[in-house]
Amino acid sequence: MAQATFRIWRTQPGGGGAFQDYQTEVSEGMVVLDAVHRVQAEQAPDLACRWNCKAGKCGSCSAEINGRPRLMCMTRLNSLNLNEPVTVEPMRTFPPIKDLVTDVSWNFRVKKTIRKITPRPPDAPDGTYRFAQRDADRVQEFRKCIECFLCQDVCHVLRDHREFNEFIGPRFLIYNAQLEMNPIDTADRLQDLKDKHGIGYCNITKCCTKVCPEHIHITDNGIIPLKERVVSRFYDPVTRLLHMLK
Amino acid sequence: MQVIPVTDVSRGFGSTSRRDTWWVAPLAVFLGLGTFVVYSTWAAFQNAHYTFGPYLSPFYAPVLWASPDYPAGLEHAWFGAKPAWFPALVPFSPALLILPFPGLFRFTCYYYRGAYYKAFWADPPSCAVGEPRKSYWGENSFPLILQNVHRYFLYIACIFLFLLSYDVWLATRWPDGNGGTTFGIGVGTLILALNVVLLTSYTLGCHAMRHIVGGFKDEVSKSAMCDGAYACSSALNYKHQLFAWLSLFTVGFCDLYVRLCSMGIWTDYRIL
Repeated sequence: MAQATFRIWRTQPGGGGAFQDYQTEVSEGMVVLDAVHRVQAEQAPDLACRWNCKAGKCGSCSAEINGRPRLMCMTRLNSLNLNEPVTVEPMRTFPPIKDLVTDVSWNFRVKKTIRKITPRPPDAPDGTYRFAQRDADRVQEFRKCIECFLCQDVCHVLRDHREFNEFIGPRFLIYNAQLEMNPIDTADRLQDLKDKHGIGYCNITKCCTKVCPEHIHITDNGIIPLKERVVSRFYDPVTRLLHMLK
Repeated sequence: MQVIPVTDVSRGFGSTSRRDTWWVAPLAVFLGLGTFVVYSTWAAFQNAHYTFGPYLSPFYAPVLWASPDYPAGLEHAWFGAKPAWFPALVPFSPALLILPFPGLFRFTCYYYRGAYYKAFWADPPSCAVGEPRKSYWGENSFPLILQNVHRYFLYIACIFLFLLSYDVWLATRWPDGNGGTTFGIGVGTLILALNVVLLTSYTLGCHAMRHIVGGFKDEVSKSAMCDGAYACSSALNYKHQLFAWLSLFTVGFCDLYVRLCSMGIWTDYRIL
């Protein structure tokens, strides 16, 4: 069996942390999470990592592999250069708890600040709705999100500028889009998006789209359409006037 | 929202654990956009060699007024020679009256914004790579909040599509030797036509266009016209980055082609 070195971030009791090298056997078909589990089983039983489904659907094993935010369970070893150490570190945007585990609870608190779906009255007496499949498809794309928070991790507004009080991040802009574009929803989230959720902070670098394991077009289909709706409501004098006259 | 106290990770400019050549894409954008800006600015100030036969460089189209000392330009000018009231101290060139509009359309384009924020302002230099500065306003306040004017430059860009299409038609009208014109196609005609096709693909796939033609609705399918337009605009939008670069290249190449033909360096071959 081939050997590979994994340079894994270990937190230290006094705070902070450091990389530590672990050499372990690797074989065909393995993913990074397999290697981390092997290190955990054979060399470092106190190594903390969060995981669940191992199928890219639970969003638990988010980490930074060779500096790129990725799911450990979806990163095959044959996609990496094993001739040099593979670095595995926690998501740098969120506070570390232990080793590869971070505290992502800020995200759940942010989610609570978003207006819930407010359905219009049902279209049929049996309480059901009628709308075209392609209108549903538009928001279905956003529902693929597994809340791995890799997009939040890579977003430089949160990662580098720490604007946690001003900006909700791409995940929750997508969540807003999912509700705002829903054919049966009647709630208005544009004022919140502009003032409370800081959509203006996004400068469209598309890093969130690049790291999304569900390949959601976060920027093109979610954030920019929301930005355009905000422009129509608050910055475009013509559409603003039309809205006021409605 | 409450901020969680975090252990601040020191992230200096360019610091990253990435192993790939993350700097290649922003460098390519820097060189590509930088070359275009330098060339187009230089070409705009030349005020000469912007026509050749029936061809007109898209940098100069439409020619509102032309310098009296460039007769070839006067043939294309809508309002004749440069007016007397034009301030003598301001450099004159027909392109300087035109280029700001398509230029600002591209400057405020969502794709280019993301690209040049990275390449020219390192904000961020690339994904998951440390930035050079701590402060950040984004597009939430002045000056970048002005990017929201994008859709108005889109409207102007749509007018330019009609004008450039008309120039392609004019590029098929060749002198027949009897004082009239006859239909003909040269290599330049095809290049100008390709330019319009790519500019149209870029403009109609713009994110603002996608919003205006139907994206603003939650149920786009309820209006057949909006539904069709939204589907077409979305299809183009998926390749917006590609069309942004291709159209940028062809618009610059059209000017270069007309310029070099006019200077006698390149020969324009007549096909029909």
